Amino acid sequence: MPTSWNRLPRVGHTRLDEWRDRTAPLPDTGLTLLAWGNGRSHGDVCLNDGGALLLTRGMDRLIAFDRGTGILDCESGILLDDLLRWCLPQGWMLPVVPGTRFITVGGAVANDVHGRNHRAAGSFGRHVLELDLLRSTGERLRISPQEQADLFAATIGGLGLTGLITRVRLRMIPVSSDLMLTESIRFGQLDAFWEINERLGAEWPYTMARVDCVARGRRLGRGVFVAGRHAPPQPAGTPVSRWRDRSRALPFDMPSSLINRYSVRAFNAVYYRTAPFPGRRLQHVQRHLFPLDGLRDWNRIYGRRGFYPYHCVLPHEYARDGIRTLLKRIAASTPGSFLAALKTFGDLPSPGILSFPRPGVTLALDFANRGPRTLRLLADLDDIVSAAGGALYPGKDARMSVTMFRRGFPQWERFATLVDPAFSSTFWRRMNP
Amino acid sequence: MSAAPRRIAIFGATSRIATETARLWLARGVALVVVGRNPERLRMLTDDLGIRAGGLAEVDAMTADLADLDALPGLWNSLTERFPDLDGVLLAHGSLPDQARCEATPETMLQEIRVNALSAMSLLTVIANDFEARHRGVIGVIGSVAGDRGRRSNYVYGAAKGMLAIFLQGLRNRLHGSGVTVITLKPGFVMTPMTQDLDRDGLLWSRPERVARGIVRAFDRRRDVVYLPWFWRPVLWAIRLIPEPVFKRLSL
Repeated sequence: MPTSWNRLPRVGHTRLDEWRDRTAPLPDTGLTLLAWGNGRSHGDVCLNDGGALLLTRGMDRLIAFDRGTGILDCESGILLDDLLRWCLPQGWMLPVVPGTRFITVGGAVANDVHGRNHRAAGSFGRHVLELDLLRSTGERLRISPQEQADLFAATIGGLGLTGLITRVRLRMIPVSSDLMLTESIRFGQLDAFWEINERLGAEWPYTMARVDCVARGRRLGRGVFVAGRHAPPQPAGTPVSRWRDRSRALPFDMPSSLINRYSVRAFNAVYYRTAPFPGRRLQHVQRHLFPLDGLRDWNRIYGRRGFYPYHCVLPHEYARDGIRTLLKRIAASTPGSFLAALKTFGDLPSPGILSFPRPGVTLALDFANRGPRTLRLLADLDDIVSAAGGALYPGKDARMSVTMFRRGFPQWERFATLVDPAFSSTFWRRMNP
Repeated sequence: MSAAPRRIAIFGATSRIATETARLWLARGVALVVVGRNPERLRMLTDDLGIRAGGLAEVDAMTADLADLDALPGLWNSLTERFPDLDGVLLAHGSLPDQARCEATPETMLQEIRVNALSAMSLLTVIANDFEARHRGVIGVIGSVAGDRGRRSNYVYGAAKGMLAIFLQGLRNRLHGSGVTVITLKPGFVMTPMTQDLDRDGLLWSRPERVARGIVRAFDRRRDVVYLPWFWRPVLWAIRLIPEPVFKRLSL
């Protein structure tokens, strides 16, 4: 049964179609359609209760690659993991990667994902040059910022609602090795974060911080700031880290009681204290950018009940106060959250009508599902985000209110006119009751 | 004699499992000849394999209707003429029939037996003689756990795969000592387009990438009969042990 990564909500689908052939027409089933890639988005953007899912993982071929320009054409079901294994040894890198490499390219487009290098590179959609979009009318459209620009803008970050993305053309960036030069710095409280963020953000393309969200008082907002850049060619004899295939997996669902105030507090404290500081070192791209991918099926930590992700962005002018208020509220809750991810979005505009990345500061957390108690906490966080004029990330949402969505994405009505009438999702119906 | 194959022909190459296997072989420098029915899909596959190998790969394609049994000896001859150094084959073609339609008409039933058993057996007859004469080669054939015991839900498919398994058993026995390896590959439930209409919940389902890794390993180790993944071996052992008077009452 296809689910989303946080395993909430659980819904039933009437029909599943393995989608392997990019030239095939859409099925005529009378059901609403939605692409489902690798199930790594959270909440209900990738679910379509009562409808049909087009499972796109089998549509994962490379179509063309120009070694001169780095322009790649591929099918939408290929994983970023596959692409990186292929392109890194040849000196190419994806322009933007999120915190996991186990998402499909189609999902990266449909959620207009962002990464640690947002200040330097903007969102994923900025590097997409062209798309093939299969519409329920039977049309196979070639869309780009130049051709059918409106539909292109709706499809980037369009949550898969404008049709089936079959082909993606994107521009890769050249790198001289698969290593990154990294630096990490511990900070004792939130004010120090802003100072470091300002200073290092200007020099390092990839930056983010992990914040201990249990610490309070003087220590509120303490954490570890990590920065990275692609390493220059290394002299011969440099100990080179390799792509590691060995990763640990959680073999079964953990009891959800394992997430409690003690385990969360201990984890946060241990992470803060054992963080490597200060120091520069060489790390493989895989290790630096995807630390969580080292533990496969980590969502099982949260047990059968799943978890609620919370991923918000606050505009710069209210960010300092807003982040402080959010962290205070979270620190006062139990069991709280494992590490929060905190980073700055730059000013490069996102190309999608529903794109989440926008200038400001973004905070991402995961809360174990404890029913109404968790929902009350999230509602409090909503109030803080709303008051600051912020928005929540649809690709990581299972419960935002319609008002919150419409405020965060004021162009939703324009988007709605470009949705393919045969496509829908549980999320989209929730936002259009 | 025990060297890994250097050039492998894959029949039914556009299937999900075969495609994944082809990518793994290619990544370690094995030359490939992919055979399939649909020229457009074959070209999509060879484009993909070519780009993945960074232009260094040797991938050729050949179009053929593998259900046309009379044409199979000619197909093998033209393959070996073009590629005299072929020393491995993977037979991955087949279909999962609609059991209800197989029960309704003999024609449908026979057609499925033809696609899932007779085609492979015809091809193997030619390949076996050729490899035997050259005292080398690895032959891998994708069967199914469904061939280990007949069940009401898919016994036509099961009968075809079971016939294929016994054929391979005999062939392996005959070719023992000739330098030719015969591998029976028995995947369990795999998430591919072939199984999309089944209810695919539960622990027994695996991803095609995993099955592909198992196939490559089986070729490396020149195994005889391989269950993919491994846990199907004890599962099927237990299923075969159930006495028929009990088994016939079960709804499996």
